[in-house]
Amino acid sequence: VNAADPYEVTDSALAQVVRAEAGLIVASLHHRLGDFDLAEEAVQEAVTTALRVWRTEGVPPKPGGWLALTARRKAIDLLRARSREQRLASALGEDPALGGDGRPAEDPGEDAQRVGGLDERLPMLFACCHPALAVEARLALTLRAVVGMTTRQIARAFLVPEPTMAQRLVRAKRKITAAGIPFTVPEGDQLGSRLDDVLTVIAIAYNAGYLEAGGAAVADDAIWLAELVARALPNEPEAWGLLALLTFLSSRADARFDADGRLLVLAEQDRRRWDAVAIARADGYLGRAAAMRRRGRFQLQAAIAGCHASAASHADTDWLEILILYDMLVQLDPSPVVRLNQAVALAEVAGPDAALQAVDGLADRLADYHLLHATRAAFLTRLGDLEGARAANERALALTNNPAEQLLLRTRLPN
Amino acid sequence: MKYVLMYTNRPDLDAAVPQERRQEAYQAIYGWFEKHGAVFTDSGAELQPPETATSVKAGANGGEPVVVDGPFSEAKENIGGFSVIDVPDLDAAIAMVKEWPSLNFPGVAIEIRPIVDHSGDM
Repeated sequence: VNAADPYEVTDSALAQVVRAEAGLIVASLHHRLGDFDLAEEAVQEAVTTALRVWRTEGVPPKPGGWLALTARRKAIDLLRARSREQRLASALGEDPALGGDGRPAEDPGEDAQRVGGLDERLPMLFACCHPALAVEARLALTLRAVVGMTTRQIARAFLVPEPTMAQRLVRAKRKITAAGIPFTVPEGDQLGSRLDDVLTVIAIAYNAGYLEAGGAAVADDAIWLAELVARALPNEPEAWGLLALLTFLSSRADARFDADGRLLVLAEQDRRRWDAVAIARADGYLGRAAAMRRRGRFQLQAAIAGCHASAASHADTDWLEILILYDMLVQLDPSPVVRLNQAVALAEVAGPDAALQAVDGLADRLADYHLLHATRAAFLTRLGDLEGARAANERALALTNNPAEQLLLRTRLPN
Repeated sequence: MKYVLMYTNRPDLDAAVPQERRQEAYQAIYGWFEKHGAVFTDSGAELQPPETATSVKAGANGGEPVVVDGPFSEAKENIGGFSVIDVPDLDAAIAMVKEWPSLNFPGVAIEIRPIVDHSGDM
């Protein structure tokens, strides 16, 4: 990077500019055209063009207007390619709100957000995260339509070949249209479970980016999405809970690797490198959620992350409180992975013997999960069973393909 | 939008359901059809059990079609009937299907399948 060149911008800066605008333009075009696939495709092409042009020429003064205008032109091209829709193409060409007179459009953010007072990206997010779509499809579609990532970027972040990812997106969009998945924010008693689906997709995006060198951008996008949802649905405590959780987790991002790029577990991290500003912000989000007095699994996970964040050292950690929070979490989410984490807290409160028993009770369901074996190995080591610990660590090593985790597990194996 | 609802069950699991519970289930099903009466089109049927089915399958190597005893699928699930509904969107279909009384029984599932819309074809 040539610092003297004012136009030189990093790809991550470009991605942030794109993400602020892309979803709004998709929502706005979809609103006008009534065709999600076309709107999404046009914006995708505009984003691809923008990344190419901006990388050399710099970001224009009104990037949103630039993207909206380019997307509109792409949409007209796509419509003209379908002879039936000539009339719609000419109507769009004359639409002044989309810069139909040839001048860049007004800020699409303001334009889109005026409709109905609700962020227009939200109904789109609920459609993209609909339970009638496969989870991988929800994730890919959300990152493309709402965040404005390109297919290539998504494919790289999830280590999937680009054509595979492209086909996944095509199928998902086809299903949205063919099956009549609505672009609405569910109301009443439907909202709870559908919001949980949305928040789950965001949490998966965060976790996917968490340990990958190239995935840091996805983790950042996930936090951005969580904030988008929380601000749009300010009375939903779980939305704030997820935002708090991801903010707590990201506060440790710099401390998670040592100078040699080696992954450090919580106990080994230099807590002075945790981001105190992020922790304070996360505390604020969690406080806001807690004030609504409707318990939820993301709030409880955030509270657990908050316990770690407020402990001056690993030895000072309030494990009893963490265990109590896990007990409450298991009531809401009795999945084996949550029980595994509960066992880690149990080991600190009641010793490794009790915790090992709890973990062995999960062995059937988590036989192929590397962290089950890594956790067993840690308990066995504390109990003095070094041979058993070695076998469990080897099993864990065989089950993960993340290089940072592989390196960490190898250091635990005696030569 | 129009959707076909395909009601599937597992005859092997149904056999274990006591007679009086079945009777209750039938009552509940009538109530469900009544409650959602407005969205049902005239198409739809309750089907005779799978052992009454006859399938005609493509013959090998372009030969004559073959007539065989039984349903086309050897899966344990049986299609017990179908309805054609007309509702605004998939969420409306899901909401009513979630209330299908037989979902209290193990192995029961309903498939929601959109119908190809030929109204736009010229």
